[in-house]
Amino acid sequence: MRVAGLLLMVSGWVIVLAAVALLPSATARGAFIMCGVGVEMLGLILCLRHSIREEGRRG
Amino acid sequence: MTEASLELCLVLLMLVPLAIAGLSLVNAGLGRSHSSAHAMLSSLCVVSIAAIFYLFGGSWLMGYADEPGYGLTIARHGWNWFGAENFLLHHLDAGHAQSALTGALELFAVAMAALIPLSAGADRWRLGASCLSTALLASLLYPLFGHWVWGGGWLAQMGIQHGMGRGFLDMSGAGTVQAVGGISALVVTWLLGPRRNKYLKSGLATAIPAHNIVIVLFGCALMLPGWMALNAAGAMVFYQAPMSLIPVIAVNTLLCAAGSLLAALGLTRWRFGKPDASLCANGWVGGLVASSAAAAWISPYSALLTGLVAGVLIVYTVEFLELKFFVDDPAGAVSVHAVAGLWGLLSAGLFMRDGVAGQMLAQVVGVSTLLGCVLPLTYLVNWCAQRVYRYRIDDDGERLGIDLHELGAGAYPEFVVHGDDFIPR
Repeated sequence: MRVAGLLLMVSGWVIVLAAVALLPSATARGAFIMCGVGVEMLGLILCLRHSIREEGRRG
Repeated sequence: MTEASLELCLVLLMLVPLAIAGLSLVNAGLGRSHSSAHAMLSSLCVVSIAAIFYLFGGSWLMGYADEPGYGLTIARHGWNWFGAENFLLHHLDAGHAQSALTGALELFAVAMAALIPLSAGADRWRLGASCLSTALLASLLYPLFGHWVWGGGWLAQMGIQHGMGRGFLDMSGAGTVQAVGGISALVVTWLLGPRRNKYLKSGLATAIPAHNIVIVLFGCALMLPGWMALNAAGAMVFYQAPMSLIPVIAVNTLLCAAGSLLAALGLTRWRFGKPDASLCANGWVGGLVASSAAAAWISPYSALLTGLVAGVLIVYTVEFLELKFFVDDPAGAVSVHAVAGLWGLLSAGLFMRDGVAGQMLAQVVGVSTLLGCVLPLTYLVNWCAQRVYRYRIDDDGERLGIDLHELGAGAYPEFVVHGDDFIPR
């Protein structure tokens, strides 16, 4: 789950990079950057939830 | 830079080690007594390793802002990804005073970044493993992101290339030093796992208090002049701030720390009935961290507000990470350095005086890079390192105490040794 979360975070960053590189309009660029950040947040939550599962297994 | 500015920067540079010393004291004090000698020795070791490996391995990747780097062109815009310096940190001579100052400040900055994850691995991170992780941080992770921000890389160039404000701004390392260190701390807690008996079978967390809160609070006090100097030096060296801004930087640094401390104090008093000294210390340091993003460019009122928000964020994230996500971080390094650092970067976009359109978006891109590139890369690098050299001490060592296990001697040999107070009943 942690690896999936990390890959999701990389994907979110690539979305942000693509938005910066390819979108000239400030509004569209801003929207896509926020979408990329949202994907990163999902990935981070997945990574953090892995710790919950690990602790449950350890307990 | 003028001759007077160079001389002032030199004096400020000599004060920066106070911040490093203060951080070491905070890290040692927030851990247990049977790990405190190891904590302080580790601090000295990682500072040494970071300086040496940055000098020999990382400075080429960092580069300088006015020198070319390796990049590529995407959609007709240049993207500078890597520095292109020689392997040794050259320009450290009398003929290149400004470059020498830049290199020296970056050396101190990487030493500070290396100290941050140490506290997250307290009581269980082997000395050799922390040195290995530091070597990787100093030679790869820090200079890579540092080049993008301070070395003329693509993040700094977003203003020119893509019309996004003045590009990503990070005055003296809220992202490059603090957030990178805090992210490294999070990775270390994931790889090491929690301390023995930290979490009960029921999922409840055992409180393992700081062994010497006086050292912690003294470290906080020591950090203030060092951090003021760091902020001032960073603004002058990396962003050519005029000397007239130094008083503003000093005031904003203090206000940010004060706001954060008072927010933490008020919040813990309200929630727990009494203020929590260690969370207040975390709040103070978090305020200093948040001020590193933009103390030169925001008003004192904005600095105070930044600090207040940082203090609230730190108190809540320490609790959430420890209790909800089982991240055992003895000194709150993730909350204090990563969370407060990221908030500082965002507050720079929100509160910057004479802001340019697109500045907030540039800050968001920088934060996104820290989360989406630096964190996975840090995890990958440390995960590989752990395969080569075991990170965590064994159970016997942890029961004995890492001081005795790794160093053969405790920090307080004349103290009476008590039984382990944290065995669940």
